[in-house]
Amino acid sequence: MAKTARKTNASTRPPRAALQGHFRTLRLPSPLQPRIDALAKTEDWYTWAGYKAPLSLWDEELEYFTIRSQAAAFDISPMVKYRIEGADAEAFCNRVTLRDVSKLKPGRVHYTAWCDDAGHVLDDGTLFRLAPTHFRLCCQERHLPWLLDSTIGFDVMVEEETEAVAGLALQGPTSLAVLRDAGFAGVEKLKIFDLAEFPHESGMVAISRTGFTGDLGYELFVPAKLALSLWDRLFEVGRLHGIRAIGYTALNRARIEAGLIVANADFVTAEHAIRGDRLRLPDEIGLGFMVDAEKPHFNGRRTILAARANRSMKHVLVGLEIEGNIPAEHAIVYHRQKREVGLVSAAIWSPMAKRNIAIASLSRPYGDTVTDDLWVEIYAMRELKYERLMKRARIVPRPFIKLERRTANPPANV
Amino acid sequence: MTSFDVIVIGGGHNGLVAATTLGRAGRKVLVLEAAGEIGGAARTEEFFPGFRVSSIAHVLNRLHPEVVKILELEKHGLAFERQATPSVALSTTDDPLVLRGAYGESLDGATDSEAAAWRELRALLFRYAGILKPFLARRPPDLADMSLSETSALAMAGLSLKRLGKEDMRDFLRMLLMNVADVLDEHLEDDRLKGLLAFDAVLGSHLGPRSPTSLLGLYYRLAGEIGGVPGAQLLPKGGMGAIIAAMGASASAAGIVVRSNAEVAKILVEKGRAVGVALQNDEQIRAKTIVSAINPSSTFSLVGSRELDTGFVRKVKNIRMMGDAAKLHLALDRPPEFLGVRTEDHRGRLVIAPSTDHVERAFNPSKYGEFSPEPVMEITLPSLADPSLAPDGACVLSAVVQYAPYALGEGWEAGKPKFLNAIMAQLEAHAPGIAKSIRHTELLTPLDIEQRYRMPGGHWHHGELQADQMLMSRPVSGAAGYSTPVDGLYLCGAGSHPGGGVSGVPGLNAARHIIAMKA
Repeated sequence: MAKTARKTNASTRPPRAALQGHFRTLRLPSPLQPRIDALAKTEDWYTWAGYKAPLSLWDEELEYFTIRSQAAAFDISPMVKYRIEGADAEAFCNRVTLRDVSKLKPGRVHYTAWCDDAGHVLDDGTLFRLAPTHFRLCCQERHLPWLLDSTIGFDVMVEEETEAVAGLALQGPTSLAVLRDAGFAGVEKLKIFDLAEFPHESGMVAISRTGFTGDLGYELFVPAKLALSLWDRLFEVGRLHGIRAIGYTALNRARIEAGLIVANADFVTAEHAIRGDRLRLPDEIGLGFMVDAEKPHFNGRRTILAARANRSMKHVLVGLEIEGNIPAEHAIVYHRQKREVGLVSAAIWSPMAKRNIAIASLSRPYGDTVTDDLWVEIYAMRELKYERLMKRARIVPRPFIKLERRTANPPANV
Repeated sequence: MTSFDVIVIGGGHNGLVAATTLGRAGRKVLVLEAAGEIGGAARTEEFFPGFRVSSIAHVLNRLHPEVVKILELEKHGLAFERQATPSVALSTTDDPLVLRGAYGESLDGATDSEAAAWRELRALLFRYAGILKPFLARRPPDLADMSLSETSALAMAGLSLKRLGKEDMRDFLRMLLMNVADVLDEHLEDDRLKGLLAFDAVLGSHLGPRSPTSLLGLYYRLAGEIGGVPGAQLLPKGGMGAIIAAMGASASAAGIVVRSNAEVAKILVEKGRAVGVALQNDEQIRAKTIVSAINPSSTFSLVGSRELDTGFVRKVKNIRMMGDAAKLHLALDRPPEFLGVRTEDHRGRLVIAPSTDHVERAFNPSKYGEFSPEPVMEITLPSLADPSLAPDGACVLSAVVQYAPYALGEGWEAGKPKFLNAIMAQLEAHAPGIAKSIRHTELLTPLDIEQRYRMPGGHWHHGELQADQMLMSRPVSGAAGYSTPVDGLYLCGAGSHPGGGVSGVPGLNAARHIIAMKA
């Protein structure tokens, strides 16, 4: 039974102290840090999974519009990445995650989630099938112990490759043009969720037509040591296509418009939740569509199917459209302006939809069978005074915007 | 081909009890036994021409009265001798100390004050073991989902605790997780007596007398009874196989079909539900209910981790089940003579455990993968009471010897002859001349026990019987109470509550649970 020795074999480890240098740098630099630092006019940083990452670089409004009208480069190197390889890699992924991995062909990516025994969501993320027996799992939180324990009984190895692999998202209408002009021949053939490898200097870059913006876009994964030269390759040719680096605030707006959720922002992951009632089954955070009752056994199957059969799901995640133009971030949701029924986890005024939109978690039956007469209570700080606004909210489908260019084939060759 | 409602995997005593109980409730039951004969570790086997011995379990002290009743074992040939077998604490420096009646109703060879102290401690131990007894007989409490009858049973146990009175209750709770050595030191003086009790508390577990919670092992023993007498023990006539023979007869009478040499290779699962088994020869047999009497970790290996959740597989993997006891069988020319032991007392249980410290020192090396240089042991000479077990005039010696760690550092191939020498040195010191009378020796290390009886770790409890692996944590949460995460698959072996020893309780409880589920 092959298992990774890298993280578990004590005998080959260097002395403990040598392994524990991480705390000396509170915010680790990304492999792309030199380029990002050079562009960081606002010096507006946050910590993403232990890495130094920009909230904004020059102007969060214009950074957002870079996504929607140019080509936005967003460093996703801090994203947690696992390499899963071996004869049983497909069976392993199928047991760990909710969707049917046997339907995921090599050269394809799907968005999925995984649960603990109790069916509570541990994380969501993307699963890349690089080859029949080689996968990459990308996500928000760390899961190595869980994944290693999941290898028991499977001929598969799991290895953390967060540091070894750099990632760069290139999103926006001109993103294909940038890649094409950078010389990635054939990249225009990629359909949404396709994945292919292209030569870059001494190695290969995996380019997938994926992203977190609801726009035309690509994600590029490359060995960390080739990250800077990849960046330079794109930025050299991208200048005339309006390529700009962006921070998370802009990306966050785009993802809310696309109706995408973020672990530990829109729901609390099972291993982070301290309070028992914060745990969520997939159906309680809008991920029920992933659960495939017909595929072979997967973690949490028993409890998820039982909760469905007993109709004991307690929560539901919904998209809201709220009257007015004041973002309802973290507002409480009411039924008939009286009964508290939920909370808004993300909200913006959507420049694309020209609507006031929000993602909210409600307690069933509200949001499930009771969907009328919902309100949000917004506290808007106006010169040291809260203006309390009770605004009508309507449940609307996600995504809030649908851009044809996201899935158009071939993509617009701007 | 006949179809069956229930397949029981493993024809050990718990498998037979579960099968027969289900059969008597109208189920069509098939028992699949991997070995050539039923009985598991409770067989009587010939280990040398003409010499037969109880294979692993050799003292009967907890066969549950309800099992005897429901399976009508007495009708099917089981005979209890009314006279309880004494326990003899051997000593090389002193006369032996003899506990007569049911676990020392009287004491031979102690001072009057020690005898009085023992009477008091014995009463106390039985009183407290009596509180645990209902817990050790019923299905473990299910914290999430308990039926009314289970709740009321639990309440009754709580009530009996309440009836103890304030002082007694306080002391019961104080002592519950204590180590046996400290408890003995609080009450007794005599090293021989303390050594014997310390040995009994840790027998079959990876604990020393000074390990926290070691007292529980003694409670577990004293919660057993034979012929309605708590704490009694006996050497069954015909060896432990006689119990199995009666159970086998009872099973046949209930219409149970037993197939031997039928090793299960896989438990078939479809959509989260057990639907049958595949044998080593690829034959598939389907049934709606699969009941496993074999070790829990073996059971879930047969299911395969692909059909189980990660957290559950992790829990099963973490069950501690590395055996620390070996079994010795000697074919002797003549009965040995243990120093100072009266002829008739040789029919009892002879224990070499001269003091608490001695037991603790014997335990120490086992923590580091070494066997005890001066092992402690429980010896029986079953052929004295049942001459059919040995040729004329000859004698069988059967001993459980501690400590013999499953994962011996130097490996058992190298270690076994050395360990045998250490055992023989102890025997020779207590029964001079015994070595010269040996015709044949068979020493089963935990590794041998694992291989011969298909018990992972060579652990006769199918998992350490310690506080963290008892009740609703036995074998692990999520599979306690005989149900498992796989619908239609149940556990009924020693790895389930209450645990090992020839009691039949896990088998009986599992069968009752399955019958109740259906209703």
